[in-house]
Amino acid sequence: MSTRTNSVRVQDFPNGGGAAAVLAAGIGCMMVAIFAILADKVGAFKSLMIFYKPTGPLSGVTTCAILVWLMSWAILHRRWSGRMVALGGVVTAALTLLGLSLLLTFPPIADLF
Amino acid sequence: MEITTRSLLTLIHGMGFGALYLLACSGALVELYRRYKPGSLRPIEIADEKFLGAYLVVMAALAWITVLTGGYVIYPWYRAVPPPGTVDLSGFPQRLLMASPNTIAWHSIGMEWKEHVAWLAPISITMAAAVFIRHGRNLTRHPQLRNAVLCFVLVSFVAAGIAGFFGAMLNKYAPVQGGPTIELVHGEKP
Repeated sequence: MSTRTNSVRVQDFPNGGGAAAVLAAGIGCMMVAIFAILADKVGAFKSLMIFYKPTGPLSGVTTCAILVWLMSWAILHRRWSGRMVALGGVVTAALTLLGLSLLLTFPPIADLF
Repeated sequence: MEITTRSLLTLIHGMGFGALYLLACSGALVELYRRYKPGSLRPIEIADEKFLGAYLVVMAALAWITVLTGGYVIYPWYRAVPPPGTVDLSGFPQRLLMASPNTIAWHSIGMEWKEHVAWLAPISITMAAAVFIRHGRNLTRHPQLRNAVLCFVLVSFVAAGIAGFFGAMLNKYAPVQGGPTIELVHGEKP
């Protein structure tokens, strides 16, 4: 089904691909915060995160977060692509993760853990 | 008028890529909000849609270049450890900030926040570019998806702003400098 709302046709489309990208981005952002807190609090994890010595643990923290983001994106995309997904829950989860990641990267809050 | 190589690269990272990204954010936010809201009366031309897609891709590239140059070029100079007994800490910005109670928070809060929060920007804008390229004008039919993309672009703007602000302040109190000197203009004798 399609409607003509503007000068070009706007079609109904499966929103699963977009939903997968949005949720994966929320997960990726959250992983930056979680890995950063772990590297700050757990000595062994901090050492494990030093992928490139001049940059220190930040190299591992960000590389791992990016890998989790891309993997979760690939998995979600495979499951949801071509399907209609109920966006309410997905968007709420993604924005909650995004908001938490913004807060948890703030050192005085991260130090509470 | 001279500048050191490290100062120049820090300038390119912050005032070049970073500032350009911040400027670009406002354009993307306005366009996504104004043109792609449900029931928008103005038509979305195919050329406009292609332009915004390309614009978001360029923004994503800018965001990645900014965090990668920051994390792997500038940050190692910032956190360099001075040899034991070093008195002049001007070439070791992190240690210079940590040496005084008046400046230590610029590192413990400023840099600690900046170095992590900045990475939210490329992840968010890459997602925004991917979703826009995939769905384009169809976003007007799914306001929740369009609002989610808008929120991620907004947070990427905030994250880049935090990183930019602290980057500028850190470079004010403990500038990254060193390396070969480049003479920009040969001055006249006073």
